[in-house]
Amino acid sequence: MIDRIPIDAVGIQERVERICTRSIKKESKLQALDLALRMMDLTTLEGSDSEGKVRQLCNKALHPYTELPNIPSVAAVCVYPNRVSLAKSILCNSSISIASVATAFPSGMSSLQIKLDDVNYAVSEGADEIDMVISRGAFLSGEYAKVHDEIAQIKEACGTAHLKVILETGELGSLENVRMASDLAMKAGADFIKTSTGKISPAATMPVVLVMLQAIRDFHETTGKKIGMKPAGGIRSSKQAIQYLVMVKETLGNDWLNPSLFRFGASSLANDVLMQWVKEKTGRYQSLNYFSND
Amino acid sequence: MEKKQTNDDTSQINTMNSIPKTYKNYINGEFPRTESGRYYSCEAPDGKHIANVGLSTRKDVRNAVQAARKAQASWANKTAYNRGQIIYRIAEILSGRREQFTNEMVLLGYSQEAAELEINACIELIIYFAGWTDKIGQVFGSVNPVASDHFNFSRQEPVGVVGIISPETPSLLGMLGLLLPNMVAANSQVIIASTQIPLPTCTFAEVLATSDVPAGTVNIITGLKSELIPPISQHMDVDVVVGDQSLDIELRVMCELESASNMKKVYFWNSFISLEELNSSPNETISTCLHTLKDPYHILHVQEVKTTWHPISE
Repeated sequence: MIDRIPIDAVGIQERVERICTRSIKKESKLQALDLALRMMDLTTLEGSDSEGKVRQLCNKALHPYTELPNIPSVAAVCVYPNRVSLAKSILCNSSISIASVATAFPSGMSSLQIKLDDVNYAVSEGADEIDMVISRGAFLSGEYAKVHDEIAQIKEACGTAHLKVILETGELGSLENVRMASDLAMKAGADFIKTSTGKISPAATMPVVLVMLQAIRDFHETTGKKIGMKPAGGIRSSKQAIQYLVMVKETLGNDWLNPSLFRFGASSLANDVLMQWVKEKTGRYQSLNYFSND
Repeated sequence: MEKKQTNDDTSQINTMNSIPKTYKNYINGEFPRTESGRYYSCEAPDGKHIANVGLSTRKDVRNAVQAARKAQASWANKTAYNRGQIIYRIAEILSGRREQFTNEMVLLGYSQEAAELEINACIELIIYFAGWTDKIGQVFGSVNPVASDHFNFSRQEPVGVVGIISPETPSLLGMLGLLLPNMVAANSQVIIASTQIPLPTCTFAEVLATSDVPAGTVNIITGLKSELIPPISQHMDVDVVVGDQSLDIELRVMCELESASNMKKVYFWNSFISLEELNSSPNETISTCLHTLKDPYHILHVQEVKTTWHPISE
């Protein structure tokens, strides 16, 4: 059903290293930071997420840094399904979307029915975007059709909500598997493909993301459909974020430099982007003391 | 034939011994070159080239402050007693390497006598401050009388990250006079070495690296003060700047103005002794300087007092 495409791991690594040598400074850096902030899915996915924590996160999304005008707000906040309605109540008058993880996140180890119920619950609470996990166990045992059908059914359950499919690349073992899972997810109807849950190490790495971006490029060439990409987990510094943006631009082109087709799943990245932003504007190196937590 | 070979080997070893040393920055327990790739020639009073020393930039300052911030909590979380042991260890290692230090000082214009006296004073000062780590709280902390049902007490806490602007001379003693109170206070620091006589401070980094001082607690950069003071005093993550009153007045004013950005504390001590004075009356000048520097109030200035009101029920 899905071809297994061989990946040149050494070539991918070399390409990534080349991309990391690009120097983005001054005006271009400011533009990149602006873009990174607008592409951010501000995320909190802890068992300890209280109402207060989610409320704080939503306020951070609305007002990243009040000292400077013209700082853009983030693309979305990403929370667990039972915090969706709270986030919705705070963000309903803004352009910020609400993403919810679902389908027995993070392991995906449950029945299809429970996963569908999970999605339905999140959507009924008001989620605009659903981040689902694939069944890695099934994928690794070769039950590709099962994984495909699961994604397709969940896509149907999402209705108008956007579906991001988390491949959890840290558990897939090889770049060939990453490519195959990407192709599978896109074919099954994913709007976005996403690297990781953030619960497994390694999370997003540049080689993995490059392979996924190439899958998106090839899918676009054959079908004409533009699928989005979301690296998540492990992206903490602005420098890394900018390197990802360079990779997107050089692999997919300008069309994907857009929050509707590229997102960062992160929590601590936001403050680093803001600190770099203020540093560029004021010339002073910043301190985390002056930026709100989450 | 065999003998000749031996001779060749010996001559090779001799050349190896005289290779000039490259002095580098000390950041996060490592010895990186300056990011700028620029150097200045460190010269003897007669103009002879002694060593190339890095002209660091704001990016080196940034890296050093980052390392200091990261290291501060773990330094402060050590027990006071342990911090004392570690500072004492610095004196032990320094004492074992005093010859290298005096040689470097003499190369850059010290008389042999002044150099030896300064190293002795340095060791004495380190031991003096090593003793203060577990006593500062006892001597300056307090239980305060209050007119309510509260147990009210004050204790000193570290301020955080400190920028240290060394005086030009005495090159090592002046730097230590600024550094040690901060180490005792459990701050972490970024030191701008003396521009004129940086070698002892650079070599002191090697002493730190081998004295159980955790990486990042003390960072040392070399270069021009006019280039390094602005990024330090503007940096929002630096909490205190200490320097010496001998610093150029324009730089001092600039430092104070820029430090207002995040309300840094700024202090200028007075430990400057010119090289001429050092060489002409080493005994008198160094003992006076040591006397000035042996002052526990220097520790208090780089700490913050936390007062706790603890309710007590009748």
